[in-house]
Amino acid sequence: MTATALAGWWPGRRRRLPLVLAATSVIVVALLLAPLGLVLAQAGQSGWATVWSALDRPFVATLLWNTVRLALAVTVLAALVGTVTAWLTERTALPARRAWAVLLVLPVVLPDFVLAWTWSSIFPGIHGYWGAVLVMTLHLYPLVYLPMAAAFRMADPGQEEMARALGLSRLQAWRKVSVRQARSTLLGGSLLVCLALLAYYGAFEDLRYQTFTTAIFGELETQFDPGVASSLSLVLVALSVLVLGAEAGFRERGKLQRSGPMAERAQKPLPLGRAKVPALAAVASVAVPATGFPVFVVAYWMLAGGSSTLPAAVSLGSATAYTAVYSALGAALATVLALPVSLLAARHQRKWSGALERATFVTQAVPGIVVALALVYLASHFIGLVYQSPELLVFAYAVMFFPLGLVAMAASVARASPRLEEIGRSLGHGPMAVRLRVTLPLVAPGLVAAFCFVFLSGATELTATLLLVPTGAETLATQFWAYAEQGVAFGAAAPYAAMMMLLSAAPAYLVGRWFDRGYRSSRGTRPAFEVVA
Amino acid sequence: MSAVVCREVSKSFGGQRVLDGLELEVPEGSVVTVLGRSGSGKTTLLRLIAGFERPDAGAVEIGGEVVDSARRFVPPEKRRVGYVAQEGSLFPHLTVAQNVAFGLSRAERAGGRSEELLRMVGLEGLGKRYPHQLSGGQQQRVALARALAPQPRLVLLDEPFSSLDAGLRASLRSEVMVLLRAQRATTVFVTHDQEEALSVSDLVGVIDSGHIRQFGSPLSLYDRPVDPSVAQFLGEANILAGTAGQGSVETALGTLRLAGDIGALRGPVRALVRPEQISLRALGDGRAPPSGATGTVVHREFYGHDCVLLVGVAGFGHPLRARCPGRPPAQVGDPVAMVVRGEVVAWPAPVSEASRRAQ
Repeated sequence: MTATALAGWWPGRRRRLPLVLAATSVIVVALLLAPLGLVLAQAGQSGWATVWSALDRPFVATLLWNTVRLALAVTVLAALVGTVTAWLTERTALPARRAWAVLLVLPVVLPDFVLAWTWSSIFPGIHGYWGAVLVMTLHLYPLVYLPMAAAFRMADPGQEEMARALGLSRLQAWRKVSVRQARSTLLGGSLLVCLALLAYYGAFEDLRYQTFTTAIFGELETQFDPGVASSLSLVLVALSVLVLGAEAGFRERGKLQRSGPMAERAQKPLPLGRAKVPALAAVASVAVPATGFPVFVVAYWMLAGGSSTLPAAVSLGSATAYTAVYSALGAALATVLALPVSLLAARHQRKWSGALERATFVTQAVPGIVVALALVYLASHFIGLVYQSPELLVFAYAVMFFPLGLVAMAASVARASPRLEEIGRSLGHGPMAVRLRVTLPLVAPGLVAAFCFVFLSGATELTATLLLVPTGAETLATQFWAYAEQGVAFGAAAPYAAMMMLLSAAPAYLVGRWFDRGYRSSRGTRPAFEVVA
Repeated sequence: MSAVVCREVSKSFGGQRVLDGLELEVPEGSVVTVLGRSGSGKTTLLRLIAGFERPDAGAVEIGGEVVDSARRFVPPEKRRVGYVAQEGSLFPHLTVAQNVAFGLSRAERAGGRSEELLRMVGLEGLGKRYPHQLSGGQQQRVALARALAPQPRLVLLDEPFSSLDAGLRASLRSEVMVLLRAQRATTVFVTHDQEEALSVSDLVGVIDSGHIRQFGSPLSLYDRPVDPSVAQFLGEANILAGTAGQGSVETALGTLRLAGDIGALRGPVRALVRPEQISLRALGDGRAPPSGATGTVVHREFYGHDCVLLVGVAGFGHPLRARCPGRPPAQVGDPVAMVVRGEVVAWPAPVSEASRRAQ
């Protein structure tokens, strides 16, 4: 063998995987999947016979029936409401459609338990199954609205035109091209609704509707039986994994295809004519109860509460501070953890780096209460930490909202192409200098978006927070809950709800602007990176 | 001295061999074009020279210094090579001026070098804009200015004009080439466009399945392609079957004179007749019948400065292309007579074809 033939074996010449990046990613993913493993371990420890006996009860059948019939009704209704409102605001000449678009996504930042409370505190008759259907639909339809609005907005008018040139009527073209393409988006959004629904706790407690989460809490509060609680968690996780699996399947099939560069011409909005008034009524009938009403109720209780507001005001400042600190730390941790995984997935299109990224999405299927339970178990069995310690709460936020961080930074990580780094190197700068001067500025907006997204979610999180919040360091959500659950101190609870909305408004605004700009820059008007800078 | 030398360079991606023992020598100060179809490995070759990828085997030298071999690797930032990518790859977060100044030292930046370069590429006054506010052609000019700013010893151009529309492409191309020649920069340019390759370069290398098939001046490649496929890749070509003997070849277009150095060729061959070698005359104008072959015009392509007629000839599978200066000498459906001017190139016919005809 000649020297040149041997050269292929010289270590420097093999295509190296960035070892540090890969190792970090593996560790991160292992950390994220740890809670799931812990729940299994916990259930296993109490013995599979115990698990089975805990599950083989009529009570569990009732829970299952409650969960399934609620999930079905809410998913169908949210899909309907989300699609119709998205179509009206994106494709028709609805008066003030930009303003409606903002109002329609606002429920995302309104925590489910606050929304449920605003309704049940004014109308005590709203509870049980139908109450839950109403409140959950109003809370979750934005998960369908957002992707559908994007799909309607980005739909390539060229494709419908092509269908018409091939002899289809306007209606046929719309049905066979646009609707067919939006179908997978719709299914994806609906499954997200389903997934979110399974994890909620506060709203169902408000509305006195029993699901797996309320039952798990009940077990912990009344008997403190972690064995039964984790057995119930297993069912919850199984349901979520089922939904997530379906969602992943649709996401694969629903990839947006574009034949050429994005068409520059905007789509002409459909004139509404005499349908204008009914259309406005339809949009208002969603936005008013979902956004207007809760804001009004919180304000009402703050004013009407009068004297009962007084005791609450004492801890409002500290609760705000604790909420901000825990959420910010959780957001920072999630962002730092997400960066290597995101870089690896974007730059090294190998099967296993994609698998690593997808594995992190499994954590999405692990409801907050299960993450919290697992961490409680971990703390008490392995690391001798007091389980209500700030570290655990921060870690729980990072684990629960990691997928959000990953989604938020994906676009800017993709923008920071390795091609640009190469050019930077060829212009005479070393690898570190290029990372600082090229990659970091390009990724930064995505990091900010990821931080905001996780912060927002942490600040409005109740379920895991209730279990993990350090004693004496109450957050806005837990303080609100403490007052709201008493059922009388509505005036005392209201300021906490108001503060939660204020605290999440700024990051929500930033995240919203970010996605809006991201979309606009892809049309060539402005780049997304100018947004937060 | 050679500015770039590639020795037996091989590179595979995922089991697919992209470069296969490629050899290339680029003389100092010249413009060399590597011409190949997409997937022929031409971009990989540039990336190896720039140091963005490492070859599996072989060596790369720049300016007499080994920059990549089994035992040595000079990273891209130490090679002083300017790179202009197909899509420009401007830094989107930096202004035009900041992009151009990226490779400059603090002192050079203060010295007004980036303004000088922007003036050179005709973008004076646009320094404060962001890349997305520029047209495609302007972006490519900025990319070129950025690559030239640190005074590289070698400039690599990876199809820098292919995303532009035809008119702009031709004008920007000649502008850039005048500029590069004025800078006396050694340039390696890759493209899939034969017209681009023939018009701008001192030397052209035709790359195919991972190695250089033919290397030489544009003229020698066009006139003396090594085989029919290179001939067809480098321009329009009529390939005719024929029988060679005594310095000429018998074909359907008559007896054609073989180029001097292949006069000894004998037996069944394939001959190359470029469309501009065929002169064409309409029949039936009362003049004496010509000595050459006859056929019927089946299609006409008018280009303004000249035209191409497609002529169907009895016994021929596909029509022949003939390029005529000025106005079309005949209409579709007219019978025409054809005469071949000048010498032709021929290659021995493949064995199977030869044996088939022998029967």
